[in-house]
Amino acid sequence: MNAVAGKALTSSSLQSHFDLFGLAPAFGLDRQALEKAYLEIQSRVHPDRFAHAGDAERRASMQWTTRVNEAYRILKDPVQRAKHLLELKGIDVGFETNTQMPTDFLLRQLELREELEAAVHKKDVALLDALRSALAGEKLLLESQLAESLDRKQDLEGSTGQVRKLMFLHRLDQEIDSAYEEIE
Amino acid sequence: MALLQIAEPGMSPAPHEQRLAVGIDLGTTNSLVATVRSGGPAVLPDSLGRPLLPSVVRYHLGGKVEVGYAAQSKQAVDPKNTIASVKRFMGRGVKDVAHLESAPYDFVDAPGMLQLRTAAGVKSPVEVSSEILKVLRERAELSLQGNISGAVITVPAYFDDAQRQATKDAAQLAGLNVLRLLNEPTAAAIAYGLENAAEGIYAVYDLGGGTFDLSILKLSRGVFEVVATSGDSMLGGDDFDQRLFCWVVEQAKLPPLDARDMRLLQMKAREAKEHLTFHGEAPITARLSSGEVVDLVVDTETFCSITQTLVNKTLGPVRKALRDAGLKVEDIKGVVMVGGATRMPQVQRAVAEFFRRDPLNNLDPDKVVALGAAMQANVLAGNKPQGEDWLLLDVIPLSLGVETMGGLAEKIIARNTTIPAAKAQEFTTFKDGQTGMSFHVVQGERELVADCRSLARFELKGIPPMAAGAARVRVSYQVDADGLLHVSARESSSGVEASVTVKPSYGLADADIERMLRDSFQHAKEDMHVRALSEYRVDGRRLLEATRSALAQDGKLLAPAERQAIDAAILSLEKLLQGSEPRAIKQAVDTLNRATEEFAQRRMDAGIRRALAGKKIGSL
Repeated sequence: MNAVAGKALTSSSLQSHFDLFGLAPAFGLDRQALEKAYLEIQSRVHPDRFAHAGDAERRASMQWTTRVNEAYRILKDPVQRAKHLLELKGIDVGFETNTQMPTDFLLRQLELREELEAAVHKKDVALLDALRSALAGEKLLLESQLAESLDRKQDLEGSTGQVRKLMFLHRLDQEIDSAYEEIE
Repeated sequence: MALLQIAEPGMSPAPHEQRLAVGIDLGTTNSLVATVRSGGPAVLPDSLGRPLLPSVVRYHLGGKVEVGYAAQSKQAVDPKNTIASVKRFMGRGVKDVAHLESAPYDFVDAPGMLQLRTAAGVKSPVEVSSEILKVLRERAELSLQGNISGAVITVPAYFDDAQRQATKDAAQLAGLNVLRLLNEPTAAAIAYGLENAAEGIYAVYDLGGGTFDLSILKLSRGVFEVVATSGDSMLGGDDFDQRLFCWVVEQAKLPPLDARDMRLLQMKAREAKEHLTFHGEAPITARLSSGEVVDLVVDTETFCSITQTLVNKTLGPVRKALRDAGLKVEDIKGVVMVGGATRMPQVQRAVAEFFRRDPLNNLDPDKVVALGAAMQANVLAGNKPQGEDWLLLDVIPLSLGVETMGGLAEKIIARNTTIPAAKAQEFTTFKDGQTGMSFHVVQGERELVADCRSLARFELKGIPPMAAGAARVRVSYQVDADGLLHVSARESSSGVEASVTVKPSYGLADADIERMLRDSFQHAKEDMHVRALSEYRVDGRRLLEATRSALAQDGKLLAPAERQAIDAAILSLEKLLQGSEPRAIKQAVDTLNRATEEFAQRRMDAGIRRALAGKKIGSL
């Protein structure tokens, strides 16, 4: 390595979270390769390796581990990963402001939410379980569509729409979590 | 030699360089200290060969303190001055503690954390805990014949920030260098995982004296990864005693009891509970101060029925952790039982029924946490060569958030996020010319701030006057490897920056710690100056050693001028270490730390590049 290789890596000098792990930016992801790179980096920078070091190294270690954890968390999660990919291509998915969705999708969402309310009302865990597995299927389908449109067709507009849908399903998933807690 | 850890495999400190590091299980009922000697972890017993130290502290008039069995035996005689289960009060206010009315103490409500009035003055739970830790530290130093270079202290995984901070404060007050706060179920998983070469997904069910934790971990060679954790920091074996105590009062139709009788019957209830683990029924007999005699027999069936709700209460967090981890009961390869309270047959049955498999009980539930902590301390001290150590990835148990309009809590870092973790959020002013902004940091899962735990409040002042919505205040949350939160805020839109760092309000200010230290030295007749000198010297030598090995390994990352600056700082520290001026040593340590900042960053960078270059690194 060059003696004075210049500044240390900073977040701005890194193109993307994928770069941090030496992976090509793509929605379709080799989970094992990601995990392996994550663990290899952690084994070098984790604070447990520097518990007896000086303040400067302890601080640098914490900053790096924090960053690596954040990047890993984003890449592991399909919604966050897709959002990050689109951001790298200059697209702000803009979930809060721009929420035009296809009518049939919205109707299906209403239907799912009604089922959720009914399950909570009846305190029926089996209904929640069924709802969750139906949702899991829909998420998988959307994810495979997303892999197609993002990685192969490079259809950014289509992808953006699919990410938004996935966000909806994700939110519903969280509501199902709260529903379980409410019933218990 | 922590820095050698990122050296290539095969390098390890020579035996004479091994550091004395201990693991401490600071339990509600009992505490233990353990260390790794000649390869294996072992609990260090007291001079009479007893491994456990009852977590009971008795204060005498004049300041004398008794800890452990001696204090425990005086509980019923001197209840107000004999503090048991102090862990329940760590980082807690008077309104937070359940069954406060049946605790025989003289509570003082103080801002942040409650305090206890004793014959030796008003004591905070932090001071009481530090007495326990001091005894364990002395035990270890006597047994290992040397100064302890660092300690891993375990805490319930479900402890919030205030409780963690209080624990760390107690350890510092006891003169311990805290290498890490480690979650109890994680410590147990280390001990279990290494002992049994376990791989796969495991649950740790940890029912201690006062707390319940459930953690789900993924174990693979060289990696312990916590996937989710849940629990109840106000549920433990003590609550089973309490149910039995209430049953006795009801059965014997007793009038309101004084502190002594209350304590006596609570102890009898606990003995009966322990007896029932091996027998179908247990006698409860006691002579009260009025002369009245209580003589009852409790059978297993009664005990199970009066504690059924408590057992069920543990299953809620179990289900929650599974959901958070996205796992089903079938995915769990084994359930490791930890904590003395898991000896109760009804607990074993409930766990077996829920997980549809026999729980794993092959480690002593009282010792496993301390053993795991000792193993982790040994790694953190740098005593394990690369390749024989492991990576530990833990999470925060409860979401961290900030109060927003309308008393709502907005989550900033979600529960079960791997630590260390950081997140920033931007806020803006809502009035023209507004120059200050106040923040309220909270922890918990509920939507309303009122239902969450308040950790800290702080105000950012000195924002330049601007139109409403023009200021950009960035609030950053950083959770460190101990699970402790640091919050800072800065306004940056106008180029004017203000920054503030807050410590949770339940944590003690450094000044408080100093006062407590001074108080404790007055009794120990030690000299603050001598102690400060010895501490800074240890710090200084540690830093010198770490810096030298870093230079030996990665010195080529520095330009000649940079190298010179570091060498000069080393030389100056070396010289001052010969002297006896604590403050000068501290300054030289700070200078060397500053001089190596850029170097440290570059080394991390180089470490990452090496990792990505696909070099073999140990077992990973």
